[in-house]
Amino acid sequence: MKKVLFASIFTLLLASLTACGNNSSSENGEVIVYNWGEYIDPDVIGQFEEETGIKVIYDEFETNEIMYPKIEAGASDYDVVCPSDYMIQKMIENDLLAEINFDQMPNAVANIGTQYYEQSKSFDPENKYSVPYCWGTVGILYNKTMVTTEIDSWSDLWDESYADNILMQDSVRDSFMVALKLNGFSMNSTNPEELEIAKNSLIEQKPLVQAYVIDQVRDKMIGNEAALGVIYSGEAIFTQRENPDLEYVIPKEGTNIWIDSWVIPKEAKNKENAEKFIDFLCREDIALKNFEYITYSTPNNAAKELIEDAEIKNSPIAFPTLSDYSNLETFEYLGVDADELYNQLWKELKSE
Amino acid sequence: MNKKWLSFPYLLWAIGFIIIPLCMVFYYGFTDRDGVMTFENVVAIFSPEHRKALFLALLLSLISTILCIILAYPLSLILAKMGNGKNSFLVIIFILPMWMNFLLRTLAWQTLLEKNGVINSILTYLHLPSLTIINTPAAIILGMVYNFLPFMVLPIYNSLSKIDPNVMNAARDLGANGFQAFLKITLPLSMPGVISGITMVFVPALTTFVISTLLGGSKILLIGNVIEQEFTQASNWHLGSGLSVVLMIFIVISIVVSSLSDKDGEGAGF
Amino acid sequence: MNKILHKIYLFLILLFLYAPIATLVVLSFNASKTRAKWGGFTFKWYQALFQNEVILEAFYTTLLIALLSALFATIIGTIAAIAMNGMKKGSKAAFMAVTNIPMLNAEIVTGISLMLLFISFGMRFGFSTVLFAHITFNIPYVILSVLPRLKQMNPSTFEAALDLGASPVYAFFKVILPDIFPGIISGFLMAFTMSLDDFIITHFTKGPGLDTLSTKIYTELKKGIKPEMYSLSTLIFITVLILLLLVNKTPKDKKNKKGSLQEEIIL
Repeated sequence: MKKVLFASIFTLLLASLTACGNNSSSENGEVIVYNWGEYIDPDVIGQFEEETGIKVIYDEFETNEIMYPKIEAGASDYDVVCPSDYMIQKMIENDLLAEINFDQMPNAVANIGTQYYEQSKSFDPENKYSVPYCWGTVGILYNKTMVTTEIDSWSDLWDESYADNILMQDSVRDSFMVALKLNGFSMNSTNPEELEIAKNSLIEQKPLVQAYVIDQVRDKMIGNEAALGVIYSGEAIFTQRENPDLEYVIPKEGTNIWIDSWVIPKEAKNKENAEKFIDFLCREDIALKNFEYITYSTPNNAAKELIEDAEIKNSPIAFPTLSDYSNLETFEYLGVDADELYNQLWKELKSE
Repeated sequence: MNKKWLSFPYLLWAIGFIIIPLCMVFYYGFTDRDGVMTFENVVAIFSPEHRKALFLALLLSLISTILCIILAYPLSLILAKMGNGKNSFLVIIFILPMWMNFLLRTLAWQTLLEKNGVINSILTYLHLPSLTIINTPAAIILGMVYNFLPFMVLPIYNSLSKIDPNVMNAARDLGANGFQAFLKITLPLSMPGVISGITMVFVPALTTFVISTLLGGSKILLIGNVIEQEFTQASNWHLGSGLSVVLMIFIVISIVVSSLSDKDGEGAGF
Repeated sequence: MNKILHKIYLFLILLFLYAPIATLVVLSFNASKTRAKWGGFTFKWYQALFQNEVILEAFYTTLLIALLSALFATIIGTIAAIAMNGMKKGSKAAFMAVTNIPMLNAEIVTGISLMLLFISFGMRFGFSTVLFAHITFNIPYVILSVLPRLKQMNPSTFEAALDLGASPVYAFFKVILPDIFPGIISGFLMAFTMSLDDFIITHFTKGPGLDTLSTKIYTELKKGIKPEMYSLSTLIFITVLILLLLVNKTPKDKKNKKGSLQEEIIL
């Protein structure tokens, strides 16, 4: 018994050590990618490795805030990261990013719509550090069979007839965005009085809320668990496919228009490979593949032209005409003090 | 036998990976962003929202611990009484669920408890009133009891099965009835197991944040959630560390309690 | 009557413990991609699992870390337990207190404190940091299961062996080790299980490209769990169950010995 046990342990050990050993790097080096979970078609990575001979080491994060300290500490040498707008601004301000060499990136220049670079200027004023990857809006997803009124306003999330049927986002900025917009303020407000009003609105709403969730809004809405949910537009397309009763709307008070972009950290050891990787993702066929997999709106105009399904191509959810909506804003980094204030108010709401 | 030198590897390891990291938590806990010493992060526990989160965490973990004892004690008695060949298998059955991933198990409870979940579908089918405990403190308690029950069963079972049957027989021979024998012999002899079970359940329940997020719908803020949020969302490591230091006080209390009732100092644990 | 009550009680507790497991098993056969909807019976996720290199790699990493960390923890922990057994009361209590820290400390505090340590020593996050972290929280489980065994042992047998001319190392392997072996095995398995199931500490100490099943599941939590995860869990569960049934079905004459060993294994 003993001997068998030891023998099996050591064979396993030996097997594992030899398996570790052949971790050889590819002929053209490697690139370490840090992306949101489920935010790329896995085939795309394989295709990139095949075409370029660059080995991709792929890692995922769950929120911008979890990603940031890892980049700041420099304990892991990521070469290319995909943060959101306001986080990119914070990283630029704290001097964590390297300038991207656009001369090496024909696809990024040609295929990404100029309006998206224009929009990026709110967090990357000179378009030096970021290449847009996905964008979208935040709105209300509702179940046609479960609502009795017309849904077009954030105030519908305060409607008592939907008590226990409302899903909110479990993130400070997203939830405050809803409350600030509801009260007619800017979602980048740092005014303590406005924030206090927003917090009180959220406290008032809390008894009606079924749960604060992140992307589980998706599963819960598909399963008819709730009537209304705050959701990112990219998830809306997927949920509609699974449950045709669902409808997505951008509330009339305005909303968040967000962009997730690729950036290269200053500490990156494989900057050129990182640029190759970003440019590869900007190639129209690759961007199309990604769009079909993750269903988040692509800023890649060339890829959009390739979409065959006219319904998706002209979908107001995937590609809304932004001029039809007023009060659209993009998150900005508000600084340490404002961050602390938001968190303080968030905890006050949660412990209510 | 002088085996003192044998302790060196562990001593080095403990200093490097237990003591020093702990000191760093203390360092962060007692400084602010500019590295100036402050008690602010520790005193922050008294602010209303933190106090509430701590109180709620204490309350929920206390209830869960008590429920675990109530469920685990009879179970361990039954297991200990059953024949010897069979019970080892039975006990394994009780820790087998731990081999399924903790997050998946907890998520499965979500599927079971949801409004249109499995349990409610069955209840509706049977024309019974539906159960609405998802996203309430009750669901969190259920999750805690579910996840930590094995940690209560194992030590109690262990101490019960160590009781020499002759002692029980002697008590019966001397005229004690079943209940008296249980009260005078079984219960006191199994106490070390209960005590170590309490610490094994209470502490993880007190500090959890995953269970409250998944089963409480994030509507209920426990102290574990606050600390996790400070580290991962608010990037305020100083406040997070300060609150962790406070949490450690409660953990030290449970260590003291368990070592007082366990005079040999080796725990009735596993 | 009493027996029936016992059985009912056992059954209810088992139902409670296994309801979520059964749910996961059922979900692994669900054709729909979301857990919220039943889309019919399918085996496709089992096929997909063996083509999903990411999940298989995470599974492999999980096993490797569990195995290595349990092994190192068993070696360090057993040596430490032997040393502690021979100590005076004061120093033994001090060691015991230190041993208790990772067991009783909040996992999140342990995880973060180790992360702070690795950052300040400029270590690159990756396999080794996770391994160090796992060894650290595994050692106490080994110590706590070996110590009671050592205490039950009669110290004079070891001295007798020495008197009869055995070298201390030889005497250790011939006298002490066989006696405490069940404790060592149970410590090893406990450590292995804890490592397998850990999420929080791994989460804070892992680096790019390294995922265990737990951290993989956590990133997926937000986006919806991949059904392949359910099928993998089902397979793990069934394998362990079959192994246990096999051990339990060993011939009668060996059974007593194995039964007691098995008992030690879990306790």
